[in-house]
Amino acid sequence: MKKTPLYNLHQKHGAKFVQFAGYEMPIQYETGIVKEHITTRNNSGIFDVSHMGQLFLKGGDELTNDLQKIFPIDLAKISINQSKYSFLMKENGGIYDDLIITKLKDGYMIILNAACKDADLNILKSKIGEKYQINLSDNLSLIAIQGPKAKDVLDSLVPGVTKLKFMNGNQFKYKDLDIYITRSGYTGEDGFEISIDNKIVESFVEKLIEKGSTMIGLGARDTLRLEAGLCLYGHDLDENTSPIEANLKWAISKSKINEKFPGSEFIKKQYNEGVSKLRVGIKPETKVIARESTKIFDEKDNEIGKVTSGTFGPSVNGPIAMGYIHNDYSKKNTKIFLEVRGKRVPASICEMPFYKKNYVREGGDNVRN
Amino acid sequence: MLEKEETMSEIKFSKEHEWITVDGEVATIGITKHATELLGDIVFAELPEKGSNVNKDATAGVVESTKAASDVYTPISGEVVDTNQSIVDDPSKINSDPEGDGWFFKLKIKDPNEMNTLMNRDEYDKFAKESAS
Repeated sequence: MKKTPLYNLHQKHGAKFVQFAGYEMPIQYETGIVKEHITTRNNSGIFDVSHMGQLFLKGGDELTNDLQKIFPIDLAKISINQSKYSFLMKENGGIYDDLIITKLKDGYMIILNAACKDADLNILKSKIGEKYQINLSDNLSLIAIQGPKAKDVLDSLVPGVTKLKFMNGNQFKYKDLDIYITRSGYTGEDGFEISIDNKIVESFVEKLIEKGSTMIGLGARDTLRLEAGLCLYGHDLDENTSPIEANLKWAISKSKINEKFPGSEFIKKQYNEGVSKLRVGIKPETKVIARESTKIFDEKDNEIGKVTSGTFGPSVNGPIAMGYIHNDYSKKNTKIFLEVRGKRVPASICEMPFYKKNYVREGGDNVRN
Repeated sequence: MLEKEETMSEIKFSKEHEWITVDGEVATIGITKHATELLGDIVFAELPEKGSNVNKDATAGVVESTKAASDVYTPISGEVVDTNQSIVDDPSKINSDPEGDGWFFKLKIKDPNEMNTLMNRDEYDKFAKESAS
């Protein structure tokens, strides 16, 4: 089992560990998931996401042209230091991985899911051959700091980060070493992701804690992302689900619809003609939690879909879920029934996010366009 | 205190991490502190129906944390005579006071001999420690 460079620090903070994608990761610390969730929403939280892949591709315009044939996002239109949410697509229109791609001065940085990163590297290598330097870093850690106070905490250590626009990054210095920071995250809060050398990550995180931030485990990361309506690969997204079905049409560039990339034929068809199943938000009407794989029925006993993520949302103060449902039932407020422990529980289709923050995005474009 | 200790039985424990106390012919059942620590923050509780009959070791309720759902079993057989609705309204009570305000249900005991199959606190603590490692 692999460990991240912050393993000892997690232990020091009373972490309970779980195995996740081949790593021993903290699921929670002493205070527990609900308190960690609320701390992130009201103050700030630090997430060790060093298990995720940080892939670097070196190259210029030719690389951009080659990547245009792989990703459904128009990379010619993004500027240096700008990030975009995208997918590594399968030929059938399904998703090998969802990712964040950032254009750098000398190439691209791609943040990949831990469970997919090694396979992703092989897929990319097979598509672009040996033309470019491609490297999945093992000397960099990845830290997220999220929440309304994140910008103040981080700015006190790395002056200037508050100037970053949402989904934009830049190079900064910390202890004479380069660190790369993007204004992004996966919690529905304002925040940053920091790519930092393994050698200094522990002292850096200790400083963030000194400045008033708190370590947050994977448990709260899951409740936060689900409240924010964000997908978890392997649950809400997989190799047999397209971005259009996943209701992530906004992440496909319009200018790419008539271009070729893996799965583009399917995407074009679904983009223009619609889909038979769609990812939706689900609000159970009682307190019962509908977990992953819960079957969804209409009032006439027809099975119409399946839950892919479900939990209790601490900020919503109730159960929330997302799942795939036959398109005829995907309209907001449609009544549905969830089969939990043999009983049918009433629920309705709702808009996502379940929890919306009233903070102003500081310029830049929104992840949801 | 002495009087109370004389009428109340000692607390007993099941291998499924329930505790049980007996007062006359009525038993009170809940989940142990060790169980709440394993579960983490409890956010949902489901109780058996009042008036229903439950058999030893059968499912008699559900608790869910943010992470997962777990069944609650009854350590002995009997008729459900009372349930603690306050933990349905505020499941965090189960974490904060598992052996007090966080009780689940009360049973009219069917067979007092079933109590003999359960562990005392020392035995349970040892069992919990061993099963955790």
